[in-house]
Amino acid sequence: MANKRIDDATGVETVGHEWDGIEELNNPLPRWWLWTFYATIVFAVAYCVVYPAIPGLHKASAGTFGWSSRGALAHEMKEADAARAGIRAEIAATPVEQLAGNEKLLRASIEGGRAAFKVNCVQCHGAGAAGAKGYPNLNDDDWLWGGDIATIHQTLVHGIRQPGDDATRMSQMPAFGRDGILTAAQVQDVVSHVRVISGQEKPSGSSQRGAAIFAANCAVCHGAGGEGGRTVGAPRLNDAIWLYGGDRATLTETVTNARYGVMPAWGSRLDPVTVKMLAAYVHSLGGGEKARAPAAAPAPAASAAAK
Amino acid sequence: MVSLVTRSGVWLAVLFFTVIAVALAKDAPFAIHMTICAFAALIGLVVSLRQADVDALVRGALRMPDQGRYDDDPIRWGVIATVFWGMAGFLAGLYIALELTWPQLNLGLEWINFGRLRPLHTSAVIFAFGGNALIATSYYVVQRTCRARLAFPGLARFVFWGYQLFIVLAATGYLLGVTQGKEYAEPEWYVDLWLTIVWVAYLAVFVGTILKRTEPHIYVANWFYLSFILTVAMLHLVNNTAVPVSFFGSHSISVFGGVQGALVQWWYGHNAVGFFLTAGFLAMMYYFVPKQAERPIYSYRLSIIHFWALIFLYIWAGPHHLHYTALPDWAQTLGMVFSVMLWMPSWGGMINGLMTLNGAWDKIRTDPIIRMYVMSLAFYGMSTFEGPMMSIKSVNSLSHYTDWTIGHVHSGALGWNGMVTFATLYYLAPRLWNRERLYSLRLVNWHFWLATTGIVFYAASMWVAGITQGLMWREYGPDGYLVNSFAETVAALHPMYALRAFGGLLYLAGASIMAYNITRTILGSPLREEKPMTETPYDANRDVPLVGAATAAPAAAAVHA
Repeated sequence: MANKRIDDATGVETVGHEWDGIEELNNPLPRWWLWTFYATIVFAVAYCVVYPAIPGLHKASAGTFGWSSRGALAHEMKEADAARAGIRAEIAATPVEQLAGNEKLLRASIEGGRAAFKVNCVQCHGAGAAGAKGYPNLNDDDWLWGGDIATIHQTLVHGIRQPGDDATRMSQMPAFGRDGILTAAQVQDVVSHVRVISGQEKPSGSSQRGAAIFAANCAVCHGAGGEGGRTVGAPRLNDAIWLYGGDRATLTETVTNARYGVMPAWGSRLDPVTVKMLAAYVHSLGGGEKARAPAAAPAPAASAAAK
Repeated sequence: MVSLVTRSGVWLAVLFFTVIAVALAKDAPFAIHMTICAFAALIGLVVSLRQADVDALVRGALRMPDQGRYDDDPIRWGVIATVFWGMAGFLAGLYIALELTWPQLNLGLEWINFGRLRPLHTSAVIFAFGGNALIATSYYVVQRTCRARLAFPGLARFVFWGYQLFIVLAATGYLLGVTQGKEYAEPEWYVDLWLTIVWVAYLAVFVGTILKRTEPHIYVANWFYLSFILTVAMLHLVNNTAVPVSFFGSHSISVFGGVQGALVQWWYGHNAVGFFLTAGFLAMMYYFVPKQAERPIYSYRLSIIHFWALIFLYIWAGPHHLHYTALPDWAQTLGMVFSVMLWMPSWGGMINGLMTLNGAWDKIRTDPIIRMYVMSLAFYGMSTFEGPMMSIKSVNSLSHYTDWTIGHVHSGALGWNGMVTFATLYYLAPRLWNRERLYSLRLVNWHFWLATTGIVFYAASMWVAGITQGLMWREYGPDGYLVNSFAETVAALHPMYALRAFGGLLYLAGASIMAYNITRTILGSPLREEKPMTETPYDANRDVPLVGAATAAPAAAAVHA
């Protein structure tokens, strides 16, 4: 410590060490620094008294506030459930077709459905419910299985082509090309016809041959004019809306190998009130159809059979 | 002669073993890695047999001056490696920032998708850029502050080349999909074993040099370097304890599972920040700031207190990475309170760095390297305040899992670690290559402003993005349901991601200027013809700088007089 000296610029004494020209001043700890350090220590000790902090053999100290993260979560969930309990009980007691008659219940259902949709449905149908290839757009009025609220609810509860659910929506388009029902040339002809009735191509020799094949093979489900058939979820073909795509390559793929879109049966995954809410939300998106009179329910099926 | 036979024998054995490992490899990445190791062993064997003087060869290629009082060759290699890996790491960072903004840039290739390039970026900047800077500067500082040449010069060279092999194995592994899935500890078991050998050798060189010192006391920078080397060794060994599935395969199972595994991982992860990116770089600061400023350290007492407080408190703070998880509440509490207590010990380093400029504050105006050190200490102070704040549980409930964390990390990494390293490289290059001074000081100034602007874009956009994200995730509607889907929160961040990438581009541009400047310095180019970095004209009486019309006024007054 022999080399202590007073630093000219600051007037502070050095400690007396020197390494490669580096010296150290003997300044004290800044007071504000020290007292802030003490304050954080006091805060830490106090925090450890009021919150769980000291581990023991079987459990940790509980803290004088009695707080725990699990307890806080349970409390918040209980409060949230309590806040919604009344309206959920009312929705549970109301048949889904009658939700529309009660403005308050309908609004609460749509809001609940909107939230449940974001968690469970957006993965396939998209955040805006606009769908994607193979997953229908839910904003329009082009429904595969029907667009009134009870039908939507039925689709939601039992899903589409779900194994193990007896009431699931079930149908299977034949793989016309793969299974040898139509030759490759015939597949092209029927694709031409579909592109004509959907307004994408002008009639041609191919499409005229395809019209006959369509009448013999496709009309039973998709309708004579390609207007679709909801009893079997057969898409409408004479419009510009496509589930998988209306270009020639995609249509060839569809007719050759068929499609088999599936949707989970949400009745076994979500509680009944949430499923009702989802039905109300999807119905509200823009394409929802008016409920049919119960007596008239078998009529579309009957007329389809008559064709 | 015995030593030649022994050394060649060891390399031959390693070569033999790696060739067998290639033949028996259970998976392609392991075979590729063992091929790389075999080539490394072959080079070692040839060098040993030819008794080649690697130092002399490299010295010729890199235009290094001859040995002086200290053993500086591995430091010169380290300076070049730091610049090289820095550029690689910053480029990878810019690319993944662009991938997050425009995911098409993944190009459908598994080798360059975000998941594989991200660890490449983090390891390249932390371990390759930062690690090489720490090893090189520790060799530089420990020799000069101990007034002793490096102990075990052969081992010191092994550490350098062995560390580069570790980097190559880690980086190629990430691209090939070899990972333990532990953040900042991704390399697999055999790479971990190799790093352990290299690290023990590093410890031996460093401690050996301290032991043969001719100074009575150990300088504070060396305390920090030693704490960094020792603690990283402990963290590395514990967190990477794993059982290989096969001794000839690139997969292992960690011995820690579930929440214990998470706790060990974040004990490691947080202290990698604490002892690699804080203690190690503080060591750098404690030598190079007083040297560049030519001032004494502000307070010896503060350096002792804040060193021991930092070392003691940092090691407990890891659980704050696991707030609101399955980790028991008591452990979360301890993680939080230790982080809060860490605030002042961290700031001790900033105070000691900044206040060292007492009596030399004018150098911020005149010396762009000092300006970089001051900016790096300012970012260090901001990050070490932000960190304890974010560890408070109620703040964390908003910030956790959001881009705020990314912004916090980068204000520390770009601002503190990056800037302090750049300034140190500028300090070292002319001294190590015996040049009069850097090729250009004005280019240092360009680097400073590009990097600072880049950090501002980066940190500000990530703060906005993080808080936006946190608020959107927790937004409830009047009926008590969440308002936003996850995809909607991602879409909302897109402009912020583009701004972040722009900030990264500026930072990379600044680093490119540095690479050019240092290359020209090393090559010994004539100094760049440029206007000198003159002092800003200022009015000494009022102590304000003179700008525009004010500059003309005193001149006119002088005429009148």
